[in-house]
Amino acid sequence: MTKIAKLSLAVLAIAGMSATAGTLQDVQKDGFIKCGVDGGMPGFSEVVGGGVYKGIDVDGCRAVAAAVLGDASKVKYVALNAKERLAALQSGEIDLLARVTTWTHTRDTALGLNFAGVNYYDGQGFMVHKSLGVTSAKQLDGASVCLQTGTTTELNVADYFRTQGMKYETVAYDTNDQVVQSYDSGRCDVLTSDASQLYGIKTKLTHPADNIVLPEIISKEPLGPVVRQGDDQWFNIVKWSFFAMVEAEEDGITSKNIDSLASSTNPKIKRFLGTEGTLGANLGLNADWAYQIVKQVGNYGEVFERNIGTSTPLNIERGLNALWTNGGLQYSPPFR
Amino acid sequence: MLALLRNQKVRGILFQILTIVGVVAFLWYIGLNTTHNIEQRGIKTGFDFLSGTAGFGIGESPISFHESDTYARVFLVGLLNTLIIGFVGIIFSTLLGLFIGIMRLSDNWLIKKMAATYIDIFRNIPILLQILFWYNMVISMLPSPRQSIDFFGIIFLNNRGFLIPRAAMNSTTISVIVSLVVVFISLIFLNKWANKRKEETGKDFPIVLFGFGILIFFPAIAYFIGGGNFNFDYPHFQSFNFKGGKSISPEFLALTFALVIYTATFIAEAVRSGIEAVSTGQKEAASSLGLSSYQALKLVVLPQAVRIAIPPIINQYLNLIKNSSLAAAIGYPEIVSVFAGTSLNQVGQAIEIISITMLVYLTISLVVSALLNWFNYKMKIKEK
Repeated sequence: MTKIAKLSLAVLAIAGMSATAGTLQDVQKDGFIKCGVDGGMPGFSEVVGGGVYKGIDVDGCRAVAAAVLGDASKVKYVALNAKERLAALQSGEIDLLARVTTWTHTRDTALGLNFAGVNYYDGQGFMVHKSLGVTSAKQLDGASVCLQTGTTTELNVADYFRTQGMKYETVAYDTNDQVVQSYDSGRCDVLTSDASQLYGIKTKLTHPADNIVLPEIISKEPLGPVVRQGDDQWFNIVKWSFFAMVEAEEDGITSKNIDSLASSTNPKIKRFLGTEGTLGANLGLNADWAYQIVKQVGNYGEVFERNIGTSTPLNIERGLNALWTNGGLQYSPPFR
Repeated sequence: MLALLRNQKVRGILFQILTIVGVVAFLWYIGLNTTHNIEQRGIKTGFDFLSGTAGFGIGESPISFHESDTYARVFLVGLLNTLIIGFVGIIFSTLLGLFIGIMRLSDNWLIKKMAATYIDIFRNIPILLQILFWYNMVISMLPSPRQSIDFFGIIFLNNRGFLIPRAAMNSTTISVIVSLVVVFISLIFLNKWANKRKEETGKDFPIVLFGFGILIFFPAIAYFIGGGNFNFDYPHFQSFNFKGGKSISPEFLALTFALVIYTATFIAEAVRSGIEAVSTGQKEAASSLGLSSYQALKLVVLPQAVRIAIPPIINQYLNLIKNSSLAAAIGYPEIVSVFAGTSLNQVGQAIEIISITMLVYLTISLVVSALLNWFNYKMKIKEK
């Protein structure tokens, strides 16, 4: 009996191993995308009442769901902290990581991941209590710094203080919430994180007006969606889902006017909407993949304004994230 | 052939062989599958990462650590921090646990109830919540460095830590430390001699008074011989925080405090079960022989109680060491936090790093239990 059980176990295991197909097939079979997000970062991915997720990272996941499954709501969100996010992606627990992850050389090569674009060009900054009377990061010699462990933040702070010849005391926590709480209670003088997160964190403090964000940006933090290596088709799908949103903004297509453009004779718009050409089939998707993205989620500008733009509490200017035609860095390769 | 299988002994051997083969084959398969998956996903393997530059700072460390040090040094710092917490935690939780356990058995109703309430409260709340509670309470209740609580102008308490003056490693300090070690060792031998003398002649030797005497006398002489100056480095306030002196971080304080309070409850219950397991006949016999209650406790009850209490206490020590891995939640840089946390995230080789960390905990636990089992053996009642 034991022998038979063992033999059958072995056969099942081998069969299971060979049954792994691409992520696209798995997603279509499951009927939803497993998306790793932060869950507590205002503007990027946070839970707003009733288990609903909101943010530009969340909208990135929704865009991929709209393209692949035709329904932007078919996403299962997994909240991950900085330490577990890459392992969750590597192990297959999630299909797509949209969690303000910086595109670095090490992550792209040694960790077996692929970055499918940059949805937010960011940089690391410092926030200090106004009562310290500090106006520049160069005056922070001897300060104690609260940060989240397992992030590029830790490394950048070490590099910065080393090159400036200043000393600092690092207090590294697991969760962002504890970082904010410790900074708020005065355990450390400085809170360092990506500048975009600093604006969100400031709204969560007990006295936001008693804190200032210092002017120095000490690093490049290109944040974007991440997928596993070894699955080129899925990589292309995620990449071009994001580019679709940027291209839509460049072409003036919004979620509001996209239906009225169905009758347009502009070949660029026709290729985008799928009425001409095979762009959808090339990716293994339906012809209206880009139409679904813009109709259900919006173009890049709409997503930006809705979540972190000037009308939101975060009040972030487009800056580097404007289209290339407006002096920014967002640029989509042509849809042909 | 079938006749052979009907033989019970043969069947037994056959099944054992099959099981071993099965387990080995399973592990082999798991290993192959893992390496295949890792290669397929382009993740690096091997232990070369240990010589790579860490690139990040560590909040507190007993040895010097700079951002340009290697991951191997990160591992060492994490390991030392874990051992320090384990060592301090074990000592204080034993003392507190013993105290509470004996309180629990007191005849005084109030003391007994207080001890029971303490045990019931702190035993039943998950340790992570206790750690977070004490930490957040500590940092929100203590004042900022500019308004530190100060004792005599040389010891300060604020939400960045507890600061005391640090003695320099000069001749005075070293000679005092050496004299303390000498006193300690000589007291052990003196105790043995005093016991032997008591057994042979029945004469008491005031070992406690004598011990205190030389504990003060010899280090004092060593202090003057060594130069009479500790060269204290006093903490002084500068721009953001205090510089100089030795600072004990609130993370360390909160973690130790929470772990000690939590583990002491279990140790108290183990002590209580040990003492209650000694039959009352023993205590009655001891008092009928004219032993005072202190002598009865020391010579009759405790030796028997300790034998019963030690195995569960070993468990609690091991639990304390493993619970210290929750330090990542409050930013204390022990091995799970800096090595299996930050380093893992930067390097990406989960299997190697987690295996090393598991091995560390396994080794520490085996060493602690071996030490305590030896102690248990020594406490055996010696047959004449």
